[in-house]
Amino acid sequence: MARRLLRGGHVVDPVNGRNGVFDVLVENGRIARVGRDLPRDAADDVVDIPSGLLVCPGLIDMHVHLREPGQEHKETVATGAAAAAAGGFTAVACMPNTSPVNDNAGVTAYILQKAAAANLVRVYPIGAVSRGQQGEQLADIAELKQAGCVAVTDDGRPVATALLMRRALEYTRMFEMPVIEHCEEQTLKTDGVAHEGFQAATLGLRGIPGEAESIMALRDISLAELTGGTVHIAHMSARQTLDAVRYGKGRGARVTCEVTPHHFVLTDEMLAAPVAYDTNVKMNPPLRETADRDAMLQGIADGSVDVIATDHAPHHYDEKQVEFDHAPFGITGLETAVSLCFDRLVHPGVVTVSRLIELLSVNPARVLRVPGGSLSEGAPADVSILAPDLAVTVSAAQMRSKSKNTPFDGWRLRGGVAATIVGGRIVYKNPEFEDFRI
Amino acid sequence: MKKDLLGIADLSSDEIYRVLDTAVAMREIGERPIKKVPTLRGKTVVNLFYEPSTRTRTSFEIAEKRLSADTLNIAVAASSVLKGETLADTAMNIEAMAPDMIVLRHASSGACHLLARICRSKIINAGDGMHEHPTQALLDAFTIRQHKRRIDGLKVAIIGDLLHSRVLRSNVLLLTKLGADVWVSGPPTLVPPGIERLGVRVTTSVDEAVADADVIMMLRIQQERMQGAFFPSLREYYNVFGLTEERVGRARGDVIIMHPGPMNRGVEIASEVADGPYSVILEQVANGVAVRMAVLYLLAGEVEAD
Repeated sequence: MARRLLRGGHVVDPVNGRNGVFDVLVENGRIARVGRDLPRDAADDVVDIPSGLLVCPGLIDMHVHLREPGQEHKETVATGAAAAAAGGFTAVACMPNTSPVNDNAGVTAYILQKAAAANLVRVYPIGAVSRGQQGEQLADIAELKQAGCVAVTDDGRPVATALLMRRALEYTRMFEMPVIEHCEEQTLKTDGVAHEGFQAATLGLRGIPGEAESIMALRDISLAELTGGTVHIAHMSARQTLDAVRYGKGRGARVTCEVTPHHFVLTDEMLAAPVAYDTNVKMNPPLRETADRDAMLQGIADGSVDVIATDHAPHHYDEKQVEFDHAPFGITGLETAVSLCFDRLVHPGVVTVSRLIELLSVNPARVLRVPGGSLSEGAPADVSILAPDLAVTVSAAQMRSKSKNTPFDGWRLRGGVAATIVGGRIVYKNPEFEDFRI
Repeated sequence: MKKDLLGIADLSSDEIYRVLDTAVAMREIGERPIKKVPTLRGKTVVNLFYEPSTRTRTSFEIAEKRLSADTLNIAVAASSVLKGETLADTAMNIEAMAPDMIVLRHASSGACHLLARICRSKIINAGDGMHEHPTQALLDAFTIRQHKRRIDGLKVAIIGDLLHSRVLRSNVLLLTKLGADVWVSGPPTLVPPGIERLGVRVTTSVDEAVADADVIMMLRIQQERMQGAFFPSLREYYNVFGLTEERVGRARGDVIIMHPGPMNRGVEIASEVADGPYSVILEQVANGVAVRMAVLYLLAGEVEAD
């Protein structure tokens, strides 16, 4: 279809100040026009958007682990891309802690080639800060940038030393690339497996205090000020870290931050019940206590938080069917994020739909400096059609992701995805919408 | 009782008293010339130990044998935990041979919960990581009751490495459920955060903890913890937290001194105290057999009821 008209949907496009019923004309993979009552005969194909659905700029998950190359038993670029499409995301940015590490153009090209073959959502590789993520020597960042990386990070661990972080922030300035930081002071984390608090204390689990995160965030914010570089704080979990980010923003440091759905929905009480020592609530950073969870909601509401990202971390069930101490950190997130955002943020009134789209689309596009985040004329036709009132029962077994490690299996949530469009092409349609012909 | 004994947290005070009352009868069996009853004849009990243990494993085995269960011991070397078969696979293989109960000792907190989820056999927790050691707390309660005839209203001081101790967690849960006034003391580096929410008084002063105490329970200092720089030296630890005769003098005249073993003489406890007249440390060991017999009997009773 060269020209397709998405007709009569409720468009939410904060960048262009649209929040109401508009028609969207897509031509050759780009947004051609957005307006009221566009002529039907301008299009080869007219799609009537059922009432109650939202037509939004494509959602971008800027923090996923696609595991390829090297850990294809957990996920591949293709299965991860399918999970993203089903989760309403039109683009994902994938972390470099693969095997081998994405610290050179060869690995970046390999990921992009797999993404092209999958041909579903856009995949933006993120390169390593340091060679092999060893924390010693900078990776060839210009080469990574040239190959298609949109940011650098040593995610899975922090940038090892203050000096290396300083150099990374200075060096990336010439590319206007953010350094994404997994904040964790490792001498405080030691061999911790859960948030340091009452729950870990009574369950006999070794703790990780919130300060292990905030101390590193303060280091990096100070270095961003020193260098003029841009730091993005990944998967923020502790209230102290949110204070650090507010402090940095107040001083004009170039700092942004993201929060995962699990950190604004769950608390460490999940360690004890409903399933004691459930390894699907073991992630890093850990689920923290109620005050931290509430601080994340507050930061999302007041604008201190820039981005919602999932930290989609697939693990094979063999790896999770072990003692809590020995299980790997992480849960999947791509196929539950939209439902959790509507159910826990929009419906309770924490944020408006427009603000949610900023968190899931506008801001990740800005942080990574990638196309998307708006339905502006001429922009790629990456569109997420969302169903805010859809009754969803989460089913791990039915997920597209190769791994099923989610703590939300069986949860009933209000809000979901109707369809996902990338470059004007439908890459996912929810079979629940039988009368939605697209 | 529930299918499994995973921790004191799952027991009501009625259930705790039922174990303690049953153990009185079991103790009597151990005093007979022929120390054996046919109660668990035809039942198979597997003692699956992933950590070295002399006292607890022997105690369970004697308890099982006195009840005529068929019993076998599997000791898995710590070194093979990560490279060998997974705990879940080992458990399912044992399960395939249809034992009635599995007694598990494991270095990871919650390991017995994993087993309980995947096994039909009844699981008895013989110590999981830093989490719980329920039969130790039950035998401690039995011993206290033997001497004091009650637990409600007693002042109990528990002193030592609170952070890493499963004995502490089980004892705090049990003693507070039964109405004891529980004080805990140790270096601030070894106090689990939020422990006061379990209804105990926390103090760094051993003198305050033991003042007018009816019971003093010492916890083992694991010398490998020195690596974590939790305290400066064993010498300093003994000076500040060691239980000396002088400190025992602040307790009530009829105080009893307990220790779950193995003891570090001259580190957490002076030899004169460990060997003194108020020490009931060896009685604890003797009572362990009776209490474990009671637990096995009561859990097996549910097998019959099924």
